[in-house]
Amino acid sequence: MSATLIDNATAEQPRNDRNYLNADHTLKSWLLTVDHKRIGILYLIAVTIFFFIGAVAAAMIRYELTSPHGILLSSEVYNKTFSAHGIYMVFQFLVVAIPAVLGNFLIPLMIGARDMAFPRLNLLSWYMFMTGGLLITLSFILGGVDAGWTFYVPLSTLSETQISLCLVGIFITGFSSIFTAVNFIATIHKMRAPGMTWYRLPLYIWSHYSTAIVILLGTPVVAITLFLVVVERGFGFGIFSPELGGDPVLFQHLFWFYSHPAVYIMILPAFGVISEIITCFSRRPIFGYKFIAYSSLAIAFLGFLVWGHHMFLSSQSVLQGLIFSIITWILAVPSAIKVFNWTTTMYKGSIHFSTPMLYALGFMGLFLIGGLTGLHLASIDTDVHLTGTYFIVAHFHYVMVGGTIMGYLGGIHFWFPKMFGRTYSEMWGRISAMIVFVGFNLTFFPQFIVGYLGMPRRYHYYYFAPEWQFYHILSTAGSTVLGIGFLLPGIYLTYAIFKGKKAGPNPWGAKGLEWEQAGSPPITENFEKPVLVLEDPYNYNPEEDSKMYEHEVESADMLGGRK
Amino acid sequence: MSGHAHAQGDGPEVYFQYEDIDQQQESYVVGMWAFLMTEVMFFGALFLIYTLYRWKFHDTFFFAHEQLNWKMGGLNTAVLLFSSVMVAFAVHFAQKGKKTAQLICLGMTLMCAFGFLVIKTFEYGAKGDHKLYPNYTFEYGAHDKDHKVESWWDDNLPAFMHIEKKEQHGDPKNAKLFYSIYFTMTGLHGLHVVIGIIAITSLMVLIMIKSPLITDYVPTELVGLYWHFVDLVWIFLYPLFYLIPR
Ligand SMILES: [Cu+2]
Repeated sequence: MSATLIDNATAEQPRNDRNYLNADHTLKSWLLTVDHKRIGILYLIAVTIFFFIGAVAAAMIRYELTSPHGILLSSEVYNKTFSAHGIYMVFQFLVVAIPAVLGNFLIPLMIGARDMAFPRLNLLSWYMFMTGGLLITLSFILGGVDAGWTFYVPLSTLSETQISLCLVGIFITGFSSIFTAVNFIATIHKMRAPGMTWYRLPLYIWSHYSTAIVILLGTPVVAITLFLVVVERGFGFGIFSPELGGDPVLFQHLFWFYSHPAVYIMILPAFGVISEIITCFSRRPIFGYKFIAYSSLAIAFLGFLVWGHHMFLSSQSVLQGLIFSIITWILAVPSAIKVFNWTTTMYKGSIHFSTPMLYALGFMGLFLIGGLTGLHLASIDTDVHLTGTYFIVAHFHYVMVGGTIMGYLGGIHFWFPKMFGRTYSEMWGRISAMIVFVGFNLTFFPQFIVGYLGMPRRYHYYYFAPEWQFYHILSTAGSTVLGIGFLLPGIYLTYAIFKGKKAGPNPWGAKGLEWEQAGSPPITENFEKPVLVLEDPYNYNPEEDSKMYEHEVESADMLGGRK
Repeated sequence: MSGHAHAQGDGPEVYFQYEDIDQQQESYVVGMWAFLMTEVMFFGALFLIYTLYRWKFHDTFFFAHEQLNWKMGGLNTAVLLFSSVMVAFAVHFAQKGKKTAQLICLGMTLMCAFGFLVIKTFEYGAKGDHKLYPNYTFEYGAHDKDHKVESWWDDNLPAFMHIEKKEQHGDPKNAKLFYSIYFTMTGLHGLHVVIGIIAITSLMVLIMIKSPLITDYVPTELVGLYWHFVDLVWIFLYPLFYLIPR
């Protein structure tokens, strides 16, 4: 389909018609909805709240570290603060953000289905997610948790804080994501529209399919592991505690068997978002479709074989360490394949630097730094020096947070007109995308340096090396910038939901069923007419795409023309 | 949601998100298999824990396992195997549309499930009498030191079901580990049996009241898949815990 179709589609489709948002306005209609789009919005609200809690904890950590002696918090409270930051951000935000919000909203739209395979299970997942989140919150209200998000035994079995309650919350959240994954698998296998073959699926779907496999195979392992910790605390069963006959290192093995793949639960959906954005704003078909699709599956598979790289300093043997190290290096290959393919897609493309594209480019920058520093940590000799320092903190923030949040925000900005039928201010979008990128690097790059110099993680003072204060202040300043970068979209997107200009069905001139065959916002059943897929995805043509798209026109004057 | 559902003549109800009944049925089966994949990993982690510790503390695990009653475990294995056959027949009759036969088979499965739990309760009770609960009351060898602490089923059950008493060896700490894993795994398995009972009962009630939810064999097949999985877990649990070679 060519770009001229956009205007036709806009003219054909009567705007302001019924859609999933105005189908019913009561609170009950939202809380009992089985519409995957509304459930996506429910998740959007929920993860935003949990992100905010995690961000407040992060701000307290950064403020505390501006002085070598600590400022605000006692050691105990500091332990609870970084635990809260990790637990909320990992379990209640990063793992669910893209799959539950964008995945729920888009998977049926992208494959041409009316809804998920199991809509009621989908709603149940949301309620379980909220129950888990509330239990975690309750555990922090009742005194907090001080074992970090990793819950290493014997610290977590001996600690007298609210660990059991918190673990039950995480367990329930875990089963919520398992049910989401079951839904994704059944939906992608069985709900595709006629003509939507596997190789016509958007790469976003391949990413979510791989993610669902990782969730199905990894989450139950961490669930049972955390369950055993609860049983051990409650009844004195001794499976991990050395004084009860158990082996604490076994806990680490089982924990990382999930928690390394969990990084891919966070990053694979982001890869999917980036594949969509890069092709759309380069106006070129994606380069190496099958390579990207299968690299997702390869990452999902290999991701299960590398957990030991978190344990080079544990009791595992050097041989074990070497094997894990080698597989980790191999794992860098499929990730690199994706980056090469995206770069090649952009080559000779007609690149539009719109807000989603800025996030996508930012993603590639951050992921590159995060991935390459990961190789230092995958090598045993350098890891022995760097593990347990801020180097590792910086590394996993670059990969997990940089990757996932850039993908998440990029995706939110890309599909915002689809979700709410309105456009946001492109100027503010571009400005805040830059602020996020600058703020992120300013926050976490100094942490590489200070970590290399030896600053240990989870300390709230460093009076023994006051010269590190410079890096910490840089980092705290960066986190303030980053905070503004997150606050701005919160403001202008909320404004746009209510007051933004009405968007047409396809403001970016993008390919894909959700843009070409559904309205903005879509109706409850998603498509007015039966869907039949006859062409490959990403059928862009760079030559005929020199025109501007609806979303860009309004801000073009402000920014002095296109780009 | 029911408002969107539309029926196709006399056939089963097709929910609004599906094109036809085949798509709906296949989706349910795919979803169930995906869920069972999760369940395999859930128990898989526990089997891994068990294997590692048994490898590490082989002797103690051998001596500790002698306190388990392999006859009762074997009886339970037979009960579950029989129930698996019954549930397979139930699916078969559901496909043929023979409701009465299907209900009878499901009823038999249900009775087996309850029978399993009753036998399991006897076993658990005996472990309590022997101070083998792996909590703070655990006392390894209490059974031998004080022969008066006989389990009540030693008096109440026929003689062929009594276990022989042998000399106890091994590190009490590691024996406690054995029982921690034993109770965790059989307990979680028992929980799955309870969930199975709830599922089978609901299915039978829905069939009996001729609910529009059950108009074809797929719900029975899903329950059957789940129940086979529950049996399968026990098929691994029984030899691993009850039949450890010296
Ligand atoms: Cu890892």
